[in-house]
Amino acid sequence: MQVWHFSEMAYHPGWEELGDSLRNVIPSKVYDPKLGADLYHRYLDEWALCDELGINIMVNEHHTTATCTTSVCTIPMAILARETKNVRLLCLGMPIANRMDAVRVAEEYAMLDVISRGRIEMGFVKGSPSEVTPANSNPATLSERFWEAHDLILKALTTHDGPFNWEGQHFQYRQVNVWPRPYQDPHPPVWMTVATPGSAKLVGEKGYVLASLNSGYANTPVIYETYREAAKAAGHEAGLDRFAYLGIVGVGETEEEGRRRAHQILDYSRTTPRMARQFQYPPGLVPSEVVGRELGNPSPRTFPLRDGSRVEMLTGSVDEYIDAGIAFAGTPDTVYAQIKEFYDHVGGLGHLLMMCQGGHINHEDTVDNLTMFSKEVLPRLQAL
Amino acid sequence: MPLPTVLNRDISKLVAVNQQATDYEGQYSMDQMTVGSVTLDLEVQGSGPPLLYLHAEHYRHLQQPFIDRLAESWTVHTPRHPGFDGRTPPGDFRRIDDLAYLYLDLMAQLDLDGVTLAGASFGGWIALEMAVRSASRLSALALITPLGVRLGARDERDFADLFALPEAERERALFAGTPPDFATFSEDQLTATAHDRQYVAYYAWKPYLYNPSLARWLHRATVPTHLIWGGEDGFVSPDYGRKLAARMPGAKLDVILGAGHYPQIERLDDTMAALRAGPCAP
Repeated sequence: MQVWHFSEMAYHPGWEELGDSLRNVIPSKVYDPKLGADLYHRYLDEWALCDELGINIMVNEHHTTATCTTSVCTIPMAILARETKNVRLLCLGMPIANRMDAVRVAEEYAMLDVISRGRIEMGFVKGSPSEVTPANSNPATLSERFWEAHDLILKALTTHDGPFNWEGQHFQYRQVNVWPRPYQDPHPPVWMTVATPGSAKLVGEKGYVLASLNSGYANTPVIYETYREAAKAAGHEAGLDRFAYLGIVGVGETEEEGRRRAHQILDYSRTTPRMARQFQYPPGLVPSEVVGRELGNPSPRTFPLRDGSRVEMLTGSVDEYIDAGIAFAGTPDTVYAQIKEFYDHVGGLGHLLMMCQGGHINHEDTVDNLTMFSKEVLPRLQAL
Repeated sequence: MPLPTVLNRDISKLVAVNQQATDYEGQYSMDQMTVGSVTLDLEVQGSGPPLLYLHAEHYRHLQQPFIDRLAESWTVHTPRHPGFDGRTPPGDFRRIDDLAYLYLDLMAQLDLDGVTLAGASFGGWIALEMAVRSASRLSALALITPLGVRLGARDERDFADLFALPEAERERALFAGTPPDFATFSEDQLTATAHDRQYVAYYAWKPYLYNPSLARWLHRATVPTHLIWGGEDGFVSPDYGRKLAARMPGAKLDVILGAGHYPQIERLDDTMAALRAGPCAP
C-alpha cells in the first residue's frame, strides 16, 4: 500500500467568526494575509517533511472558502515539485469541468511532470457543489463538460506531432499544441474521485485510479465492487493499486493522544455542513427527485455508522467517525488494526489518502502524527 | 361563467399527435406532438383568436388559473418548454435560440396567424427572441416581466442571482405576498420545481438570463406590445421594465401593485384587466 498525506491548507482562524457558512459568500476581510502566509509556509513545511518520511503528497483545491485556501492546486504542486526529490505528488484534484481553459490544464500538468521528473499523479475531479458558483460553471451541463475536458486534456498530452483542431460542445481550439510534453509516457497516471456507483462504473471502464473520500464502511464496498465489475468488463485488471481511500488519521503515544489528534483533524469533517443550503444543490447537478425532497423537507448532513444509524457530521464524535470508517485513531497498533479491518472489509486497497492535518491540529502535533505514522504504521501498510 | 373547453382544434394540422398524455405533474391533460425532432406537450383550451402562452420558469401549476382565464377570450396554446417537461432535450437543443425557433415552427405547423404571443419571465424572453426573428404570424405581444435583455452596467445585476439566494430570500424576491409553501407541494410538484431550476440553468446559466445580442434587435418586434410588471418585483425590478419599455417604441407598460415577479399568479384579476385594456385586447 502507498500512503499519501493530504491537507486542505485551511484558514481555521476565521471559522468561529464566519459561523454557519464557511463558503461562497464569506467576505475576505476576515482573512489576515500575514497569518495566512504563516499558515501556507507551515502546511508546505509539513508536506516537505513527507519527502523525508516516505509519505507521498496529495493536494487539492477549493474556492471562496475558509476550509481550504489552496485556490490553485498547481501552485503548491509547483513548489513541491522542486522542493521534494523522492515522493510522488498527487493533485486530487483539478476541477476540470470548472476550468474554462482545458488546454491550460494540460500545460500545467505537463510542466509539473517535467520539473518533478515524472512524479506527478494527475487527478481530475468534478468538484463539490459549492464550487459551481465561484467558477460560474453551468451545473446542468457539468458532467458532459467534465468528460469533454478529460478527452481534450489527454489528447493534448499525448499528441506530439503538431497542432490539432478541437470544436467541442464546451471547448473550441484550432491549434492545440502543448509544450512541454509530459515526462511520463504516455502521460501521468489518471485519478478520479468517486462518490456513487454510477461514477465508479465510468471510472472502472477507463481503468483509472478510483479514490473514494470518507465513504466509510457503509458506502465503500459497493463503489469498489462496481468499479471491479466495470473494469473487468472493459478488459482492465483491477489490481489493488486502482483503489484509494481517504480517511482521517490520528496516531499518538497513547490511545488518548491519537484520538485527540483525530478529534482536532475531524473539525475538517465537521465543517462540511457549514455551507449555505442554496450552494449545496446547484440546479441540475443532483437528481431532481433529491433536490425536490430537500425543498420539501430540508435534512441535515449525516454519515452512516456500521449499524446503519446516521450521525450528524456537524457534531459527530471521534468514536462515531471511527465506527463509520472515516477516522483511524489511537496508538500505532490500534491505527494499523483499524486500517487493516477496513482494508479487509472493502476487499483491499492500494492507496491510503490520509489527512494527518486538518481542522485545529497544530504544527507540532501534525509533525509528530506524520513522523510516528511513518515509523510505526507505514512499514506494516507497505507490506499489505 | 362557462367552463373553458378543451379543444383539439384542427388535429390534421398536428403532424404527430400521438396520444393524450398526462404530463409529469399529473394534473393536466395534454396533447403530445412532435415539432422537428422535439417532443412537445401542448395544451390547447378555450375559444377565440389564437394566443400562444410561454410559461414562466417556475410554478407551472400555479399559472393554470391564468391560463384558464385567458381561455375565456382566446384559444390558448400552452406548450411545456423542453426539459421543463421532464424529458431530456436533444443534445443540440440547448440555447434560447432553439426555443424561439421551436415555437416559430410550432406556429407554422399549426398554421396559426394573428397570434397574440404572451410570455412570462423566461417565457417572455423566448417571446422576444421569436418576435425579433419573425413577427409575421403575430398580432400582438404580451410580455409579463420578461427576461433576456441586458440593460445595466457590467457590475449591476439586471436579474437577481436566485441561485445564490437563501430559499426564503429567493421567494421574497419573487413574491410580494406570501410565497408558495413547499411543504404543501406534492412530491411531483417538488420534483417539477427542481426540473424547472435545472432547465433555467441549462438554457441560461451564462450569460445569466440574457442574450447579449437581443437589445440591439428589439426594433424588429414590430407588433403592438404590452409590458406588464409587478410593482414589487425583487427579481427584475420595475425600473428595468421602464428601461425596457423605453427601448421598445410604442410599448405600453403597466405596473401592477401588490405583485412580485409573477403578477399572473399573485394579482390575476388585475393582470387580466390590464391585458384586456391594452394592445392585446381580444
